[in-house]
Amino acid sequence: MIEVRNCVKRFGPTVAVRDISFSVPKGEILGLLGPNGAGKTTTMRILTCYMPADEGTVSVAGYDVATDSVEVRKRIGYLPENAPLYKEMYALAFLDFIARVRGIPASKKQSRIDDIIEICGIKEVLHKRIGEMSKGYQQRVGLAQTLIHDPDVLILDEPTTGLDPNQIKQIRDLIKEIGREKTVILSTHILPEVQATTNRVLIMDYGRLVADGTPDELSKKAKGAESLVVQVRGPEESISDLLTGIEEVTRLRLADSEEEFHRFELSVTNGRIAAEKVFSIAVQEGWTLRELRPESQSLEEVFYELTMGEREEQ
Amino acid sequence: MRNIFAVARREFQGYFNSLIAYVFLVIYLLLTNWLFFRPFFLNGQADMRNMFAIIPWVFLFFVPAITMRLWAEEKKIGTMELLMTLPIKDSEAVLGKFLAALGLLATALILTFPTPIIVSTLGNLDPGPMWGAYLGSILIGAAYLAIGVFISSLTENQIVAFIISIVVIFLLYIMGNDMVLFSAPAAFASVLEFLSLGSHFDSIGRGVIDLRDIMYYLSVIVFFLYLNIKSVESRKWR
Ligand SMILES: Nc1ncnc2c1ncn2[C@@H]1O[C@H](COP(=O)(O)OP(=O)(O)O)[C@@H](O)[C@H]1O
Ligand SMILES: [Mg+2]
Repeated sequence: MIEVRNCVKRFGPTVAVRDISFSVPKGEILGLLGPNGAGKTTTMRILTCYMPADEGTVSVAGYDVATDSVEVRKRIGYLPENAPLYKEMYALAFLDFIARVRGIPASKKQSRIDDIIEICGIKEVLHKRIGEMSKGYQQRVGLAQTLIHDPDVLILDEPTTGLDPNQIKQIRDLIKEIGREKTVILSTHILPEVQATTNRVLIMDYGRLVADGTPDELSKKAKGAESLVVQVRGPEESISDLLTGIEEVTRLRLADSEEEFHRFELSVTNGRIAAEKVFSIAVQEGWTLRELRPESQSLEEVFYELTMGEREEQ
Repeated sequence: MRNIFAVARREFQGYFNSLIAYVFLVIYLLLTNWLFFRPFFLNGQADMRNMFAIIPWVFLFFVPAITMRLWAEEKKIGTMELLMTLPIKDSEAVLGKFLAALGLLATALILTFPTPIIVSTLGNLDPGPMWGAYLGSILIGAAYLAIGVFISSLTENQIVAFIISIVVIFLLYIMGNDMVLFSAPAAFASVLEFLSLGSHFDSIGRGVIDLRDIMYYLSVIVFFLYLNIKSVESRKWR
């Protein structure tokens, strides 16, 4: 359904997308994961024909984005980052505008809009101006706008950013629901997001693709990147020697020291066993242990592990 | 075609949604009627000429006020990305926006019709100059609009678009003025006069409808709409 071959995009000296290739078969929900500035938005803008790639070929549903841009756009529903919408418009008038541009015949327009209102659950805000709605409802109107013409492909740029946990859950469910018959690409910089909604993940970093797999494969890889925070009182030198000596510890970093206490961040392969070993060493050495806790993974660390892993395999 | 009207319709509704249209129409009608009826009562002239003589000056401020938001706002809030990824050609979006603004301007002109009707009941109104004046107004207004919409596409800031539009339109208008022509070299002066927005208006306003004047305004409109399409496309070259 979507084919990207050797795509490159530069903005002056910055290379936003460096030679990426991937394809998305019909019916897949693909997550594009990466930190800010990874090139997710740029990739999506190329797919949706907002801007052309400098090199490479991109096609959607068999149409090339460079030569058949209008045909491509007819087949895509796109929600740009932050869901930019016409704030002064009423939701109903906005959907009516989109339906007109999407070429929905006048006879079918009303029933189509009614269906979408139902699916997206926006009945209660229809007569509000979009700017007066909560962020969650704005996001729903943004999604509704992508669905009016029943497109084959949905492209959603960070659809849950800026929402509260309830709204996030609702939007994810909605995406899963409508993604059943469509090919979907959604981007995010939050790891759990892809696990919750997608069946395949591409990880981008510095404009490159660094990983490609199912969310399960990804989280297995990421398992190697658990971390522990340890704060102890004792001689810094021997603490760091002994902790590095633990088999499960792959990396050690001194985060801060205050008076006699030193805080270390450890990357570990098995958090539970590593924590036990840290504890018994501290008891043996007579260090005062003030803090010993596992820390949730930051995406950067997952990246670190993933990209290092890739390099070692090569 | 369908897309042009969909865009024009949305923008036209937008004027009324955000009250700009009402403010514009009310101020416009008050101003033109006041300017018209004042000399009318002072010296009893049943003549529309005064009212139309000031049109280029009234439009100098009104037109940038209605065009400034058309692109600048889309760029600022990011809806540009939404609009340009719909299956609409750049040229259709440009024409749609231009037509919406033209629709508002035409509405304002149509609402001034009661004035000539009143004048014709009070005295003899020469219809030739009157229709010429309306034609001249819509032409010069449309030319201003094309310039204003183009300038709005160059910035994210509406106020900047407003001010630059006023300056550019003012310069293009004034360059055919006698004072400017007098100080310019002779060969250059005739070029300036030909290109000026103002010199073509005066003759139409007198009721002398010359095809060349009409062609002049249409060319200005086409030229600036073309620049507008290019500036919207320019997002792809960066
Ligand atoms: N229009 C632009 N002009 C210049 N640089 C840009 C532009 N868009 C993106 N970039 C740069 O390209 C890189 C990738 O950005 P982006 O695609 O927005 O990343 P992401 O969506 O993953 O956060 C960043 O370094 C960003 O600064
Ligand atoms: Mg982004």
